[in-house]
Amino acid sequence: MATTITMPQLGETVTEGTVAQWLKSVGDSVDKYEDFVEVSTDKVNAGVPSPVTGTIRELLVKEGETVATGTPIAVIDEAGAAKTALTAAPAATAASAAAAAPVAAAPPAPAVSSPNGAPAAAGVESESALRGASPAVRRLAREHRIDIRAIKGSGSNGRVTADDVLAAVTAAPSAAVTRTSTYAQPIPGSTVTLTQARRIIAERMVESKRTAPHAWSMVEIDVTDVWSWRVREKDRFERESGYKLTLLPFFIRAVVESLAAFPLMNARFVPASGSGQPSIYVNGEVNIGIAIGLATNLVVPVIRRADKLSIKGIALAAGELIEKARKGKLGVDDLAGGTFTVNNNGANGSWASAPIINGGQAGIVTMEAVVKKVVVRDDDSLAIRRMMNSCLSLDHRVVDGYVASGFLADLKQRLERMGPQGDL
Amino acid sequence: MAVVSSANSTVMNNVEAVRATLYEAMKNDERTVILGEDVGARGNVFLITKDFIGEFGERRVIDTPIAEASIVGIAVGMAMEGLRPIAEIQFADFIYPSFNQIVGEAAKIRYRSNGEYTCPLVIRTPYGGGVRGALSHSVSIEALFYHVPGLKIVAPSFPDDVKGLLNAAIDDPDPVLFLEHKKTYRLIKGEVPDGHYTIPLGKANVRKAGTQLTVVSYGLYLHWALEAAQRLQEENVSVEVVDLRSIRPMDKTAILTSVEKTRKLLIVHEDNKFGGIGAEISAMVAEEALFSLDAPIRRLCGPDVPSMGYALPLEEEFMSSPAEMADAMRAMVKF
Repeated sequence: MATTITMPQLGETVTEGTVAQWLKSVGDSVDKYEDFVEVSTDKVNAGVPSPVTGTIRELLVKEGETVATGTPIAVIDEAGAAKTALTAAPAATAASAAAAAPVAAAPPAPAVSSPNGAPAAAGVESESALRGASPAVRRLAREHRIDIRAIKGSGSNGRVTADDVLAAVTAAPSAAVTRTSTYAQPIPGSTVTLTQARRIIAERMVESKRTAPHAWSMVEIDVTDVWSWRVREKDRFERESGYKLTLLPFFIRAVVESLAAFPLMNARFVPASGSGQPSIYVNGEVNIGIAIGLATNLVVPVIRRADKLSIKGIALAAGELIEKARKGKLGVDDLAGGTFTVNNNGANGSWASAPIINGGQAGIVTMEAVVKKVVVRDDDSLAIRRMMNSCLSLDHRVVDGYVASGFLADLKQRLERMGPQGDL
Repeated sequence: MAVVSSANSTVMNNVEAVRATLYEAMKNDERTVILGEDVGARGNVFLITKDFIGEFGERRVIDTPIAEASIVGIAVGMAMEGLRPIAEIQFADFIYPSFNQIVGEAAKIRYRSNGEYTCPLVIRTPYGGGVRGALSHSVSIEALFYHVPGLKIVAPSFPDDVKGLLNAAIDDPDPVLFLEHKKTYRLIKGEVPDGHYTIPLGKANVRKAGTQLTVVSYGLYLHWALEAAQRLQEENVSVEVVDLRSIRPMDKTAILTSVEKTRKLLIVHEDNKFGGIGAEISAMVAEEALFSLDAPIRRLCGPDVPSMGYALPLEEEFMSSPAEMADAMRAMVKF
């Protein structure tokens, strides 16, 4: 019996999905609950498990293609019914896989090594070689596109070890090198195919720059006291939570307080639609997006209801989101609903930046590098203080310089009044 | 191994490190109180608190009746009301009567009072076998307690860690169960930095770097694992030995970092295998680093018998050895 699989709906507000990678080829066997395709939506990647055990009969959508949820994407012949097709397949599949492998371009199609399981086309010998392969060996073989069956094992009973795979990679570099260039390791003179995430970032940035007239302002903030407070608390915080305590949660706390004082900064411009007049919607919730740069893309997970959290609460939420982001485990819900964005830009020494507003928000504020400076104080004395610039980009349709500078001044005051001690 | 005191450190064994740290705590903070069986006039069965009662008085060094539930219960009250009690259970084998006070009370005070009260309590106890201690002086108890959120468990193996971790345990606002392997008390010597310092709870330490296999251990077995790994070094087999130091919170990062490097994991501990610390580590690594593993995880642990017997052959049967550990390491590297 053939089962048609449709594009799943990954998240409440998602209407379409992109086939990022087929994990199975036509003719491959697939177990119930085994992932057979990787689907990506707006910055979230997810494997989709097969609802049945059987053999892939047809893949209806190409890799990289985006289709509406509910669109058929594959047909699987359920086990039992597929017996005849299965026995007919081996020769053809093996031949086409071998022919396809050298020219297989963009996706790392594991057609030859098929580390995801014993392929239907593989013979008895290869199955036993694969059966002894440890998870590490399978992963390394997949990453380097090495056929485990072609390697002589040095482990007990001839088992192929992880070191054997790595040795094979070094011995035959030509086999492992691909001609495709990736975003992470771009080759000069080659074209990099956009990942789904990169494409969305590009679209969003253009959209935001085109629709929201950006204006920009900057203040210099004396963070000496809040810095000392952080230093006083950081060891204990790290010991108790496992997360590092940076200046970010203190800054976010000040931002949410300033947003409460200037609600127009926590708003969005609603353009005219049909007969509706343009308007400004002032958000009820304060959900702070934090921009996190990863090797290949940018994600902005959201601390929901940040105004209801203490500094410690914000630090824990941010720590969790940052960890998830680094592990690629952010879910749809982690990324949705932001009303204002904070960009901690100073880690690498940046001193000023002009960020692009996250679409649908009124502003984005940055934390630049904290540097020690000699400052002249009100009583004309000189002092060495830790200073930090904070830059604001605002949607000039929503607010004017008057509100924006009020917001920045308020933010500056709040941060300068924080610390040097207290409860987090 | 010859260890020499230098300008800024003193050579001590583990028992001396405990004593020196407790002395410093008593001296520096008058809220510190030590209570337990024989801690006063007798100065503790290992002489850890010898002469303390003379110097600090019997209001701060309290000889209790043989009633462990009371020792911990009283200490919980002291801790909640602002003192910094260090309760001693004379041998870990006697801790069971105080189980309810530790698990039901101390560990839950902060949660139950919505953060209004904390319980800055340290419970020290010597544990472990290999000393002909038989049924009532040999047991390992960590697995009975590590299931309990709200409780920290520390098991240092070297004198410098004893001092740094005991100081951290005393400073900690929540209850800490501090386990001292009694066989290592006088066996293990090392340099201990002078002056006050702490070592963060929940941080493991790579005691020996290596590339082919990760061994995670603590207590007496850590020393045996180091000995075995050293032996294998001479055979050009490179084993990394991670000293867990804190059992809870557990330093996942250190374990995962090492396993991702070596791709193989052996856990050795004296406590029983079934449901032990090694089970948790195995599960954690399987969850977080399956695709780094190039061999099945292996645990070399105490057998599932009620206790080690008094007769030497029975004790030896229970305990592992550096030779057995070396065999297990060789087999895993060869796998």
